[in-house]
Amino acid sequence: MLTTAFPRLVIALALLLFGQVSWAATTLVAVASDFTKPMTEIAAAFEKATGHSAKLSFGSSGKAFAQIQSDAPFEVYLSASEKYPLELEKTGFAVANTHFVYAIGKLVLWSATPGYVDDQGKILATGNFKHIALADPSHAPYGVVAEEVMKSLGVLDKLRPLFVMGENISQTFQFVSTGNAELGFVGLAQVIDVNSGKIGSGSGWIIPDNLHSPFRQMAVLLKTGAENPAALALVDFLKSPTALAIIEKYGFGLPK
Amino acid sequence: MLSPDDLDTLLLTFKVAGIATALMLLIGTPLAWWLARTRSAWKGIINAVVALPLVLPPTVLGFYLLVLMGPAGAVGKFTSWLGLGTLPFTFTGLVIASVLYSMPFVVQPLQASFTTIGEQPLEAAATLRASPLDTFFSVIIPLAKPGFLTASILGFAHTVGEFGVVLMVGGNIPGKTRVVSVQIYNHVEALEYAEAHWLAGCLLLFSFTVLIILYTVLKTHPVAHQLK
Repeated sequence: MLTTAFPRLVIALALLLFGQVSWAATTLVAVASDFTKPMTEIAAAFEKATGHSAKLSFGSSGKAFAQIQSDAPFEVYLSASEKYPLELEKTGFAVANTHFVYAIGKLVLWSATPGYVDDQGKILATGNFKHIALADPSHAPYGVVAEEVMKSLGVLDKLRPLFVMGENISQTFQFVSTGNAELGFVGLAQVIDVNSGKIGSGSGWIIPDNLHSPFRQMAVLLKTGAENPAALALVDFLKSPTALAIIEKYGFGLPK
Repeated sequence: MLSPDDLDTLLLTFKVAGIATALMLLIGTPLAWWLARTRSAWKGIINAVVALPLVLPPTVLGFYLLVLMGPAGAVGKFTSWLGLGTLPFTFTGLVIASVLYSMPFVVQPLQASFTTIGEQPLEAAATLRASPLDTFFSVIIPLAKPGFLTASILGFAHTVGEFGVVLMVGGNIPGKTRVVSVQIYNHVEALEYAEAHWLAGCLLLFSFTVLIILYTVLKTHPVAHQLK
């Protein structure tokens, strides 16, 4: 019985496998470093749901922007700002009208020391520390927002001499987590404990949205991915309830 | 054109490189001498330690330094105990990191030229009753002059070109730790390509000049393998 069934089983399996291979595609995605954790999880869910796979390349949005303009092979671009995707549509590197907001960034004033940052950020006014870390505002969206917050609170000029600047938000986090800077502005996704939805370690103040301009993170489909079913599917998947649930779990706001 | 900010970063870079090179010659000379003469079993291990920055990615070195020199690290605890505070994000910290990073570029040419000198001039000096110190200054240093020149130039140039380590321990503070390589990177990230071109052009010219001097004036071919 088994011996007669076996060849058929092999053929059925082979069909299933090869069918899968010819249909599944791979897409290369440039991802802003603040979105590292949620995107890793989204990519796994995407693979499971669609059979396609997404290869992720993390880094600062500005660097990816420059690379895309030099014909980097990325097919989808998840930026930490609105500026870059819109610019890429204008210059023709991205497919027109494919941009969309995928998440709203949340900023946290964080310290690795428990009890150091109070839940209203009053510590900023004291200026009683040696270094405050932020991402470099000359090019990193998180740095721009951090400066806006300090400006709203009227402490920007006072704190500027204490700035230490990370190249991107991951490096900024490193400065604070190693204790070299007593506190700093990092992304909520970097310090959130996904099980409790609260800040996992140290102490922090989740900064209210009204202290800075809206922090919309925008994605866009690039020209290189216009014909790739995996790239198209990923763009759709980022708007799916599964993806949105992951995005929210890591402390990002959802696009309205 | 170069902005005043860009000029500041250039000046700061040369200041870091100058001080680091002086320190490297001070520490590297006895070290290279010992390595060239010793038959100790430790020689291989010390050689490996000195050469480590050649192989390690600068970010690895930078990350270890950030952790070690930070408030929770061994070095950081020691410097705090001395009342110096912690070293990351300071000019001193940057110089120390540069010394560690560029040390092989100073030690290796020195070690090579000390080895080439051999025992004979030392024995000749000894028969003339020269003290070891006298021998070192009147015999060794003149004979090893090309080695010292190569070591200084390579040590200086390599410090000017460092990026990964500075990025990790510097904190990108204008006038204090923002060196020229970081400034170029910032310009590129901020899409200020014209400014980036100017500074990058300066560095290219500098590096090329240094290498021309090394290969034509000093004719130090043996160092080719040390250039990454």
